[in-house]
Amino acid sequence: MSVLLPGSRREALELLARSNGAAMPIAGGTDLLVHWPQRQEEHDRAYLDLSGIAELRPVEWTPDALVLGGLTTYWDVIRDARVGRELPLLAVAARQVGSIQIQTRGTWAGNIVNGSPAADGVPVLMAYDAVVVLESVAGREEVPLERFYEGYKQMRRRPDQLVVAIRIPRRPYTFQRFVKIGSRRAQAIAKVGLAVTHSAAGGGGWRVVAASVAPTIRRCPSIERLLEEQAAVHSPEELLPAIARDVTPIDDIRSTAEYRKLAMARVLFYDVFRGREQGAGSTDHGRRMTDNG
Amino acid sequence: MRNERDMTTNSAFRTPHSALEVSFTLNGTPTTVSVPDSERLLDTLRYRLGLTGAKEGCAEGECGACTVWLDGLPANSCLVPIYQVRGRRVNTVEALDPAAVAPLLDAGATQCGACTPGVVMTALWILQHPDVLATHTVRELMAGNLCRCTGYDGIVDGIEAARP
Repeated sequence: MSVLLPGSRREALELLARSNGAAMPIAGGTDLLVHWPQRQEEHDRAYLDLSGIAELRPVEWTPDALVLGGLTTYWDVIRDARVGRELPLLAVAARQVGSIQIQTRGTWAGNIVNGSPAADGVPVLMAYDAVVVLESVAGREEVPLERFYEGYKQMRRRPDQLVVAIRIPRRPYTFQRFVKIGSRRAQAIAKVGLAVTHSAAGGGGWRVVAASVAPTIRRCPSIERLLEEQAAVHSPEELLPAIARDVTPIDDIRSTAEYRKLAMARVLFYDVFRGREQGAGSTDHGRRMTDNG
Repeated sequence: MRNERDMTTNSAFRTPHSALEVSFTLNGTPTTVSVPDSERLLDTLRYRLGLTGAKEGCAEGECGACTVWLDGLPANSCLVPIYQVRGRRVNTVEALDPAAVAPLLDAGATQCGACTPGVVMTALWILQHPDVLATHTVRELMAGNLCRCTGYDGIVDGIEAARP
């Protein structure tokens, strides 16, 4: 193993370019260090430690966007009172990541590039139309998060690029909800995750983003269309055909495809299709559900 | 928990890796260690520095038995590569004031004791940062410390009793 310890963004990008993409960037380590002693093969590679790059940490509010740095943690966002007022789903989702010990270390950028279909941070970022800002020695590139994933753990980040920022447009929202269904409240990985927003502002509309029900976290265009058309929906079951068009859940260690589709239908029906009438002014931005209460 | 025998199968100790000199502030004292770069903070604390309060329960950031404060925030030391503590402050359970844990003992916050060092690190962090209780409950903040004995009521009661 070798570890590269850059002190600046510039130095990190140069080291990454020189490693021909072989170096694995590491930020909070909450994914990469899991079961570390047993993962001998992971010890034999090169790591690029981002933790010493202070310029990647701060959260910045501009007139039209919230910009998270490449090292901004969940805890940084939870403790930013302005996030709770303006983009509350970021804080709601961050508080459902692991526990405080994980929230103080895990980063939003790491959540994006880890590429897990069950990520908690990615759905809310996508429901807020976040843009991934990538940088290499060759320059900057911006990719909308909804177009960032190409397949399971496949994404539009070249090995010589770092996620240096995540830009989230500031818009007024009339509906915002994040629901994570896990086996229990803390420390659980999602069986189903849903982030839903509606903005009447230009470029807005409905965003329905689903986690743990496809090889990547993704938007659900059929469900979004039903919401845009204000379609009358009378039961969770009526949503199943649209769900089947939008997602492809599987049976795995955490849940089954069948359960995931039904849970998604029920959350969408009760929290979104029924909840949209009370959406404006609602302060209940999200809640947790568990299998066993 | 890892025992002595398991240490021989821990790659961090078995495989030669490039040594790294890491300087940080440990419980207020400037400390420098020369360690393999694949070592975790938890390994360094336990097996090089003899601070065995932090425990390895799950090695995946779930149980919280390895909780330390890193730059003043609770973190799982099993998920911290040692090279990331350079220049930082690390506080472990060994440096805590024993008097501070008295309310926890009085409330029955410990039974078998395996989780207790981690529980205490999170509990005393909450007590030193009462502002977080404006937005969080004690139970939410303690969710990263698993305890299979107490049923948690003793832990929560102890923290509530000690709140300023």
